[in-house]
Amino acid sequence: MSDGELVGSYIVPVHPHTVLAADQNEGWGRLRDAFGEAAQRIKDSGADLLIIYSTTWPSIIGHQIIADPNPEWVMVDNDFHDLGSIPYSFNIDDKFAHAWNQANENRGLKSRTVAYHGFPIDVGSVVALKLLNPDNAIPAVIVSSNVYANRAETTVLAKACMDVIKATGRKAVAVTAMSLSNRMFTKPIDPKDDKIHSLKDDEWNRKILEFLGEGRLEDVGQLSRTIHRQIRVNKVVAFKPMWWLSGMNQNRNNLTGEVLAYEAIHGAGGAVVHLDPAASGAGDKEYDEDDVEYFLGERNVLDAQSDETEIVSEIVSAKPSNSNGPALWEPTESKDSVNSAAAPKPVGAYPHARRVGDLLYLSGVGPRQPGTNSIPGGPIHDADGKPLEYDIKAQTHAVVQNITRILEEAGGSIDDVLDVTSFLVDMDRDFKGYNEVWAETLGKVGPTRTTLAIRALPTPIAVEMKVIAKAPSLE
Amino acid sequence: MGLFMSKGEIVAGCLAPHPPHLVYAENPEQNEPTAEGGWEQLRWGYERLRESLADVEYDAIVLLSPHWQTYIGTHFLGLPKFKSLSVDPVFPNLFRYHYDLSIDVDLARQIHDKAADAGLAVKMMENPDFRVDYGTITTGHMFNPQWDKPLVVLSSNRSRDYYSVEVMQEMMMELGRVTREAILASGKKVVVLASNSLSHRHFTTESAIPEDMSKEHITSHAMHLWDMRMIEYFRTGQSQRILDEMPEFTEQAIAESDGGGLSWLLSTLDIPNYPGILHGYGTIIGTGNAIVEWPERNHKEGSE
Repeated sequence: MSDGELVGSYIVPVHPHTVLAADQNEGWGRLRDAFGEAAQRIKDSGADLLIIYSTTWPSIIGHQIIADPNPEWVMVDNDFHDLGSIPYSFNIDDKFAHAWNQANENRGLKSRTVAYHGFPIDVGSVVALKLLNPDNAIPAVIVSSNVYANRAETTVLAKACMDVIKATGRKAVAVTAMSLSNRMFTKPIDPKDDKIHSLKDDEWNRKILEFLGEGRLEDVGQLSRTIHRQIRVNKVVAFKPMWWLSGMNQNRNNLTGEVLAYEAIHGAGGAVVHLDPAASGAGDKEYDEDDVEYFLGERNVLDAQSDETEIVSEIVSAKPSNSNGPALWEPTESKDSVNSAAAPKPVGAYPHARRVGDLLYLSGVGPRQPGTNSIPGGPIHDADGKPLEYDIKAQTHAVVQNITRILEEAGGSIDDVLDVTSFLVDMDRDFKGYNEVWAETLGKVGPTRTTLAIRALPTPIAVEMKVIAKAPSLE
Repeated sequence: MGLFMSKGEIVAGCLAPHPPHLVYAENPEQNEPTAEGGWEQLRWGYERLRESLADVEYDAIVLLSPHWQTYIGTHFLGLPKFKSLSVDPVFPNLFRYHYDLSIDVDLARQIHDKAADAGLAVKMMENPDFRVDYGTITTGHMFNPQWDKPLVVLSSNRSRDYYSVEVMQEMMMELGRVTREAILASGKKVVVLASNSLSHRHFTTESAIPEDMSKEHITSHAMHLWDMRMIEYFRTGQSQRILDEMPEFTEQAIAESDGGGLSWLLSTLDIPNYPGILHGYGTIIGTGNAIVEWPERNHKEGSE
C-alpha cells in the first residue's frame, strides 16, 4: 500500500449559527457559503478521511477519540439553544480511531477511544461535519482537546495521527474547529448588529489570517501563546489547535493558504481557511521550537501557572546530557547500518545497529530519550557526580522501548531479539527492579541473557543492553 | 407576590459537589456502568446530608451547576420536564445516566425575572431537546435519589473567564441576592445547592480500575492546605472570609469556585455567620470535595 498523505487542512468556526441561522446575518451567511466551498474542495481532493480536532470537546484524561461507527443524537448548544436543535448521524471510521489510539500510546500519549450510545458530540464537531461532509460520504474521526496538554503533547498527537495515515495509505483532510478571537458579547444581541468584539481582536484576527493566507502555519503555531494572551478567553488553555494542525503539516511554513471567509459570530472571530499542502514558495521559519517525537510522560501540571512555566519545566526536565555526560554524535552511516531518528543519539562514532546476514547487531542501548536526551527515572548522578535517586524500572522500560524503536526502524520488532547482554552499574540495588521489567517485556520474547555488573556507563544511566536480533527479510 | 406577603424560606444551603464518580460508585439503576464501590467517604457524607434533611419539609431544590457553562449570562431550565440520557463527555466510561426530572418553572422564572430587573443577563432555556449536564444530574441524584422534588437549575455564567474572579463574584453576589428575594417572595420552602468541588486540579491519568482507592489522594499539599482552610471557615461560620479570599483561593487552588457557585450560595444564604455542618470531605481524581450544609432553618434570624 502506498504512503498515505494529508491532502488539505481547514480551519472552521464552531458556533451553531452557520447551521441554524445563516439567514439572520449576512456574515453568518458568508461563512456558510465558505463552508460550502470548503466542502466542494474536500470532495474534489479525493479525500477518504476527515479528521476533526475540536476545541469544544475538552478532555482531562489524555485525548479521546470517537470510535462509535454511527453516533446519532440531537445537539443543542449550551448558550444558543434558542436557535434550535441539530440532529446528527455521522459516519465515523472506527478502525482508524482505534489505530490512532494505539499510535498515540506508541508515542507515549495517554489516549482512549469513546464509543457509547448517546455520547454528546460537541458543537464544533457537529457544525464541521454537518457543513463539510453533509452527505456523510467521507468517513470521519474526531479527537478532543486536552485541557492540560502543552505544545509537546499536542504536536505528538498530530504525529501519531500521521503515522496511521501513512501506514494505512489514506488521503486525509485535517480540520480544526475553533474560533480565532473567542471573546463573545456577554449579553444577547440583535443578529444584524454582530461584529468582532473589539478592534484589538479584529486586528489580531486579521494578522493571523494574513499569515495563514501566506501559508505560514508554523509561524501561527509558534505565536500561539502570544495570540492566546492577547485575544483569547481561557476556555481552553492556549491557542493549541494551531499546534496540532502545524504538526499534521510537518510544521511547515510554505503551504498554500486561502482565507475563504472571516466574520463575527456573536463577537468571536470565525474564519474558514484552506491550507493546501502545495508549496507556496514562502520563506522558512524564523525560529523553531523543539521538534518532539515522543511524549515523555506526566504533564508537569502542578508547577504550570502559565504557558511560559510549562515551557521552562519541559526544558529543565529534559536535562540535556551535554551538561551531564559526553557530547552526542550523529550515528555513522554505512551500507549495512540501521539508524533511527526515534532512538537516542550515540555518544561516539557508531551506528544504532548493523545488519550482517540474517542478524542485526545493536550498539549498547540505554534509556536516554530521543530529542530531549532526558532519562526516564532520572539520572544516577548530577553534573558534579553527586549521586541522585533514580528509578531502575523506569530506566529499564525506556531501554526496551529504545530497542523496539531501532528494531522497528529495521523493519522488525521486539519479538526478533535473540540474545541480550545487560550491564548494571549497581547490581545489588537494581537487579530486582531490572529483572521485574525484563520479565514483563523481553522475558516474554524469550532471548538468552547475560547480566553483568560494571563500574560505570558513559552517560548517567544505570542500565544498558547489548542486543543481537534476527534481521527481517530484505524482500 | 410581595416580600412581606410571603412565607418563603430557605431551609438549607449546601455545597454539594458533582464528580460523576460518586454516582458511578453507587451503582444506581439509572447509570449504565457498574463499579465495585469507591469514594465511600464522600458517599457517606451525602448519606449524612440526606439524613439531616430527612424530616425537613421543602418544595423545591435550586441548583447551580458549573457544567452547564454559559458565556452570555445566566440561563435557567425553563420546561416542566426533562428526560434523556446524560453521558459525561470527560468520563463517559463512568457516567451514562438515564434521567427524568421535573422543573419548578414558576420559581425559575421568578428568579430569572428578578435577575433581569437587577440588570443581569439572563435567559430561559426552553428547547426540549436540551440535555441536562452531568453536574446537575450527579448533584441531583446524590442529594435526592428519589428525584421527588422539582428543581430550579441555573447555568454557570463564566464571567470569571471573561473578566476576573472579582467581577465574577460581584455578579454572583447579585444573582444570589435576587435568588434569595425570589425564594422568599415565592412562598416556597427551598433547599439551595452549589454543585462544585473545592481545589480542582485533576490527575491526568486514570487507573485501570477507576475506583481503585489506593490511587486516590489530593494532587498536592498546597491543594490540601487550601481545602482545609476553606473547610475551617465553613465550620466556624466565617463566610465573609471565604468571600474575601475567593480570588486567592480560586486562582491558587484552581478551585471550581471559578464557576460562581460558592459565591452565589453564600450570597443566597445572606452570608451566614453560623457554622456550616461538614458532612464529608474526600478527593476524586485528585480534586478536593466537601459536602457542607448551612441549616438556615435553625437560624431564622439569618433568613429575614
